[in-house]
Amino acid sequence: MPSLFQQIQAGKVWDFHGGIHPPTRKQQSSQKPIAVMPLPDRLYIPLRQHIGVAGVLLVRTGDRVLKGQPLTAADNSMAVPVHAPTSGIVVNIAPHTSPHPSAMPELTLTLEPDGQDEWRIREPLNFATCDNLTLLNRIQESGIAGMGGAGFPTHLKVGMTQPVDYLIINAVECEPYISADDLLMQEAATTIVKGIDILCRLLAPKAVLIGIEDDKPIATAAMMAACNQREHYYVRSVPSKYPSGGEKQLIQLLTNKEVPNGRRPVDIGIVMQNVGTAFAVAQAVLDDHPLISRIVTVTGDTLNQPQNMLALLGTPVSALLDACGFQPEAQQRVIMGGPMMGFTLPDLSVPVVKTTNCILAPTATELPAANNEIECIRCSSCADACPASLLPQQLLWYSKAKDSTKLQEYNLADCIECGACAYVCPSEIPLVQYYRVAKAEIREQQHEALKAEQAKARFEARNARLEQEKQQRAERNQQLAATRKQQQQASGADSTVADALARIKAKQAQSLSTEPSDKMQVQAQRELKKQQARAYQQDKADASQTIAPAADNADNSSPAVNSKAASVAAALARAKAKKAAQANTGISTDIITDTAVEVTENSVALAVTTSPATPVTSADTIAPDPRKAAVAAALARAKARQQQQVQTPTEPAQANNNNAAINTVTEPDPRKAAIAAAIARAKAKKQADSENS
Amino acid sequence: MSFKIASSPHQHNQRSTAQIMRLVTLACLPGIILQAVMFGYGVIIQLALAIITAWCSEALILRLRNKPVLARLKDNSALLTAVLLAIAIPPYAPWWLIVIGTAFAIIMVKQLYGGLGNNIFNPAMAAYVLLLVSFPLQMTQWLPPLSLQSISLTPLDAVCSIFSQFSCSGFSLSQLQSGIDGISMATPLDTLRTDLNRGLTLDESWQRPVFFAFAGTGWLWLNLAYLAGGLLLIQQKIISWRIPVAVLGSLFVLAAVSSLASSDTFAGPLFHLFSGGTMLAAFFIATDPVSASTTDKGRLYYGALIGMLVFLIRNFGGYPDAYAFAILLANMTVPLIDYYTRPRTYGHRARSELK
Ligand code: SF4
Ligand code: SF4
Repeated sequence: MPSLFQQIQAGKVWDFHGGIHPPTRKQQSSQKPIAVMPLPDRLYIPLRQHIGVAGVLLVRTGDRVLKGQPLTAADNSMAVPVHAPTSGIVVNIAPHTSPHPSAMPELTLTLEPDGQDEWRIREPLNFATCDNLTLLNRIQESGIAGMGGAGFPTHLKVGMTQPVDYLIINAVECEPYISADDLLMQEAATTIVKGIDILCRLLAPKAVLIGIEDDKPIATAAMMAACNQREHYYVRSVPSKYPSGGEKQLIQLLTNKEVPNGRRPVDIGIVMQNVGTAFAVAQAVLDDHPLISRIVTVTGDTLNQPQNMLALLGTPVSALLDACGFQPEAQQRVIMGGPMMGFTLPDLSVPVVKTTNCILAPTATELPAANNEIECIRCSSCADACPASLLPQQLLWYSKAKDSTKLQEYNLADCIECGACAYVCPSEIPLVQYYRVAKAEIREQQHEALKAEQAKARFEARNARLEQEKQQRAERNQQLAATRKQQQQASGADSTVADALARIKAKQAQSLSTEPSDKMQVQAQRELKKQQARAYQQDKADASQTIAPAADNADNSSPAVNSKAASVAAALARAKAKKAAQANTGISTDIITDTAVEVTENSVALAVTTSPATPVTSADTIAPDPRKAAVAAALARAKARQQQQVQTPTEPAQANNNNAAINTVTEPDPRKAAIAAAIARAKAKKQADSENS
Repeated sequence: MSFKIASSPHQHNQRSTAQIMRLVTLACLPGIILQAVMFGYGVIIQLALAIITAWCSEALILRLRNKPVLARLKDNSALLTAVLLAIAIPPYAPWWLIVIGTAFAIIMVKQLYGGLGNNIFNPAMAAYVLLLVSFPLQMTQWLPPLSLQSISLTPLDAVCSIFSQFSCSGFSLSQLQSGIDGISMATPLDTLRTDLNRGLTLDESWQRPVFFAFAGTGWLWLNLAYLAGGLLLIQQKIISWRIPVAVLGSLFVLAAVSSLASSDTFAGPLFHLFSGGTMLAAFFIATDPVSASTTDKGRLYYGALIGMLVFLIRNFGGYPDAYAFAILLANMTVPLIDYYTRPRTYGHRARSELK
């Protein structure tokens, strides 16, 4: 059994399931040389002409641009720029009917050619000496995207790091009518092969397989002649059968491999490029000629002169048709692309873009419109024709029933919308149209489901948070009540600040040490109270002399006079202290977001405290500043909530939530942290002073 | 100026459903002509009655369902159903038989299930079974081929006997049924089964004049005519080869095996293939797209199932011919067959590998 590579070398070509043989009607255009389209009055250049995102606009209305000058710049890898196809003035940048089946307006630059066709400075690369990165950059900067139809950025496809066994050059052009690639190969085979050389440098494949349909003998001969110096380039004739030019089908034809569902060709070591793309790469690298023109087959029986035209990108379809002697009928259809997969244009100001390979203006007798849809007779001709081995009649049934589960089971997603099924359907059912609608609906449903899930996650997270906040509050109140009761037992209804502070200390001691006996506790509290009273008096004495911020001092001194305020402050301080203690002892298993925020603030304050601060001093530093802390906490909470809403698309674990909140809250709040730190420093200094004295 | 918006593909194959139905009908012609020549002109009258009834019933229901009548009649599907039923029933059966049958086929089996494409059962065969169960006598009164008839019939006789049950010269159908030897003659299949039931061996039965070469007189030629029409359909890619080949293949294999095992009680494979409605069923009825399996593999199973059922019912069942029952039973299994024979989609692993 010879290996796959040996079979390929021996010239074996495989087959794919289904396929159809529509009349090709290519002779109308393929028998004449490529004509050059004269400069039109206006060029409409959509800023995005590929799959991906548009680049950043570089010019403004009124600017004069030179031929080949970039109009946009690629600011990320999914972007490729567009260039001025000729020199002229930018007269407008506004939405314009897009060359897309939806015909949705897209941002389009209107260029008025000045007729001078003046080039910018060109810097051809020396292919032999430049490195791969330079080549890739040049490919991207030249605006090259797949010219076969999809328009995927070429630099992404050839810049992949996965090993590549086969580079397949798609020159099949299986759609009826189209002969643009055929003519390009006939007239520019050498340049194409140079382009393939460049792609080979980037991809280093084992072999290059060039697939051409067997109804293009001249092109095949030209390519063979151009490749004859290159050992591992194989030109392969594939049988003319639609859709042998489909990426997956051509891979199957040339290598007998299937791209596994949900994977890309590169995953099985294959990269495919269109011949037109290879040509554009050669032009970009060797001539510094960005992608500003392409060959378009302009054909159909309403034209006197169907032919291939070299047209600048941005040329309106109407100009192209007129140049070929267009004589429209009533109810004329103008199709961009081929008769199988192309789309009709709503108006003719739509421009030629990088992916436009054909403009077809058929008469009604030439391509009669299908409008006699009757019921499916389950004849299965569609299944026999489907290159993806789907069951189109079942898909039709479930599309009509809007049964998305069944549609997925029958692999609707694998439909390449080639139209083979609709072509053969005797009941003239526009199957592809049903599938497009069904696919759009499934996408919509998935989108809705995702949104609903996100909303649900948010709602649940919020409920959980509220619930925990409530619990926390209840717990806090309970503890406060308990402490207060204890306090009352211990020292009556004394309400001096010193007393309040003592209470904090007591609690702190409690939470840090193992439950001391009541008596010891009371003694300790008394001891602490005395100490604190001394310390506080010292503080007060110093207060007038220190240069600490006035606000803090005011805060410090006011509780002393106002007993009610003092108790409030004390309560808050107690809470703080408790939290600080929790943070210090590492008991943070069930902290909710809010607490976490406050704890973090505290720890920031602690961290900045430079003196030999004990937990006692840290409690001190915060205790006298309850109002600010409360405000800060509230702000932090609000922030955290916002952040949470923005940042948590799916239901996160509570722990993650906390972390996220901590990270996001501590960071954007440097001022508060700084203030806290300042306070802490001041306090620590005072403390130190008082201890020294 | 306005430009027409249409969805791709913009190009279509030219053969429509109406053309397909018409071609299938045309492919029946050799068989029909042969039947008229060999069994008398009854079949022509039956055809006329069936087609008129089919069109009227279809039009009536379409009117009631508010569908465009003329456009739908043009799809030729009612025509085909009528033709198949008319050639399946005995040519001299009373006129009301075909009328009831056709109306039932179109109204109950086809339109009440949702019209073209939605019926589960083959309309012609469902009607055939209904008639066979309800009017067993009339449905089995096949006259012997003209060459074997004791009383020769004129075209006018056909009209008379269909509408009055008596030929113009006053013979009843059962009188007409008797052959030149004076013994009443049924179809070869019928004769064989009665003889075998009476304890005769195959060879003894084979002496009767209804048999010719390896099959029945007249019936052999009829089957050959339908075989030719069927091959034409395959050549024209109107039907897939799978169903007929599977039907005939399984019938052939079963008959061959059983006749090898017991050559006195089982007729040989060629007799089965060229008797009764075998070829008509295999090429024209089992291949009805609407009620048949739609997957490649499924069609083989479906055809094989029909062949097997035909063999079983012919040999062990209570009815002389069996294709109508076999096809209806197989129709019922189609959704199941289709579900389990889905082809492997490109890029997906086969279902067996998934486990
Ligand atoms: S359009 Fe889809 S379902 Fe139809 S033949 Fe092509 S791949 Fe198959
Ligand atoms: S080709 Fe058309 S009529 Fe035939 S099974 Fe497919 S969808 Fe139905």
